[in-house]
Amino acid sequence: MIQGAFRRLAAWGAAHPIASFTVFFAVFPFIAPYQALATQVLIFGLFALGFNLLYGYTGLLSFGHAAYYGLGAYGTGIALAKLKVTSLWVALGLGLGTAMVGGVLVGFFCLRRRGIYFAMLTLAFAQMLYFIAFHAADLTGGDDGLRGIPLLPLALPGVSLSLRHPLAFYFFAYVLVVLAVAGLKRILDSPFGAVLQAIRENSDRAVACGYDIDRIKLLSFVFSASFAGLAGGLDALRLTVVPVEALYWSTSGQVVIMTLLGGAGTFFGPFVGAATYLVLADRLSIFFEYWPLVIGVIFMVFVLFLPQGIWGTLTARRGQR
Amino acid sequence: MQKRGTRSRVPDVSLSALTAQVFTGLVLGGILVLLAIGLSLIFGLMTVVNFAHGSFYMLGAYVAFSVLGLTKSFWATLVLAPLAVGTLGFMVERFLIRRLYGRSPDDPLLLTFGLSLAMVEGVKLLWGKIGLTVDPPKQLAAAVDLGFMNFPVYRLFVIAVTAVVLVALWLFLQRTNVGLIIRAGSRDALMVRALGLDLNRVWLLVFGIGIGMAGLAGVLAGPMRGVYAEMGVEIIIDCFVVVVVGGMGSLAGAIVAGLLIGEIVSLTTFFAPKLAEIIVFIVMALVLLIRPSGLFGEAGLAE
Repeated sequence: MIQGAFRRLAAWGAAHPIASFTVFFAVFPFIAPYQALATQVLIFGLFALGFNLLYGYTGLLSFGHAAYYGLGAYGTGIALAKLKVTSLWVALGLGLGTAMVGGVLVGFFCLRRRGIYFAMLTLAFAQMLYFIAFHAADLTGGDDGLRGIPLLPLALPGVSLSLRHPLAFYFFAYVLVVLAVAGLKRILDSPFGAVLQAIRENSDRAVACGYDIDRIKLLSFVFSASFAGLAGGLDALRLTVVPVEALYWSTSGQVVIMTLLGGAGTFFGPFVGAATYLVLADRLSIFFEYWPLVIGVIFMVFVLFLPQGIWGTLTARRGQR
Repeated sequence: MQKRGTRSRVPDVSLSALTAQVFTGLVLGGILVLLAIGLSLIFGLMTVVNFAHGSFYMLGAYVAFSVLGLTKSFWATLVLAPLAVGTLGFMVERFLIRRLYGRSPDDPLLLTFGLSLAMVEGVKLLWGKIGLTVDPPKQLAAAVDLGFMNFPVYRLFVIAVTAVVLVALWLFLQRTNVGLIIRAGSRDALMVRALGLDLNRVWLLVFGIGIGMAGLAGVLAGPMRGVYAEMGVEIIIDCFVVVVVGGMGSLAGAIVAGLLIGEIVSLTTFFAPKLAEIIVFIVMALVLLIRPSGLFGEAGLAE
């Protein structure tokens, strides 16, 4: 009886992914162990979602997604702290724009090589940005991080909402993330999304079908960078500081781990992975100082034995994604 | 080798200082070549990009610290530590990487990424979080007067060891039967299998040699650059730049690009210290624009 109801619920969820996403994350902060974690899951889930568009759906493994997350964070943070922008919307827009421009430039260079070179190149360019941010202390705060980002009230038509309460900030992020998820769904369901997956499966055949795959890959790269940039901008607001490590390779590694734990190429895998990673990191770090060791081993086990990730394995058994 | 960026801003451009910097570049280049050649060899034969290559370099430095403590002999350490690291390399290939042959080339990269994460933390767990210092052996601790400048003997020794290892590797690849199989295997693995040769054993050997060379680079670098857990991940990114510039899978490319990057970093540290960390990426971007397959690379290898 209960099992039957659960099965019907799961079937409904699979048929209406955006609606179930919206409902689930509306109640998530009330069932998560604590609220700060819920906001983190949203933001890193969004970051992983962007990464997944490129790796899971287009088949391009980027080891440098810290670049766009970091550019988004610095773009938003510098707009608020240095340029004294008075609107959150403008600041987030600037962060998103910075990440997009970064995506176009880095994407142009990295897409000159395919396959395994692509991963190395994205890593190298992200690391270059890290060193630039590290040395440009006047603008970025350098090693100390960018401090003094004010959490301005959110201006909506007619009202001005304070985001100081954690739950208020959660739902602000929630609205943006739901919009981003719906946007991604739209992209993936479009003919463009079908071409992305064609490139992943067999890029030569995609070329033979007459698609300009260089342009399409660059577009996918820029879309992916934009999602990461929005996540970075939101995180800058959440923390009110941008540590220079936002651009470091370890941030890129984190999003790779999250996506693969959850399931690359599955729609909700990135969120499942982000939640798993953050809860694991949080619990492990309490009693084991060297917790990344455990994460590293778990990640290896997933690459070896569960390449579809948690969500991919769960849904594959049900014959759906 | 001074840490990057610690040089004074107003360079004293005397000839001897400049020559010293060129030699320093040669030392850094030698370390990069030892790493990049292993990386390139492993990639050429098995299309595995070993992200953990730098971590084996780091492990070499740590193992050297402990072996030196036990044996009190630098010369024994120079042999034993790379052997120990190479043995671990055998095991990694046999029990981890081998499971991934036939899957996407991204998978070994991801696996070794997880491995390097685990190794960095494992080393902190075993040897402590604070970096270690290793002294160069007494016989090599002095500086030698080369007529036009003074230069630490240990660094000349590092250049010499690098050269000896490279010649030995070249002889091994060119003059032995196993070397012949390795070269054939990197051209056409299917054909070599069809001739009835067991490539699994060759892959195991090559992986072990590559990792052993990374370990040796770590042993050599320890007394110059210090021993700390993040040293491997820092250098792996430079190594990726080297193989992209040189052309992945090309041994000549790894040597030329390794020395080139070493010199460029060293001379930039001298003239414009702030640029030293960024210049390698600018060089890489230029090579990508002008010659996407790298200086010695063949287009299309495992793309």
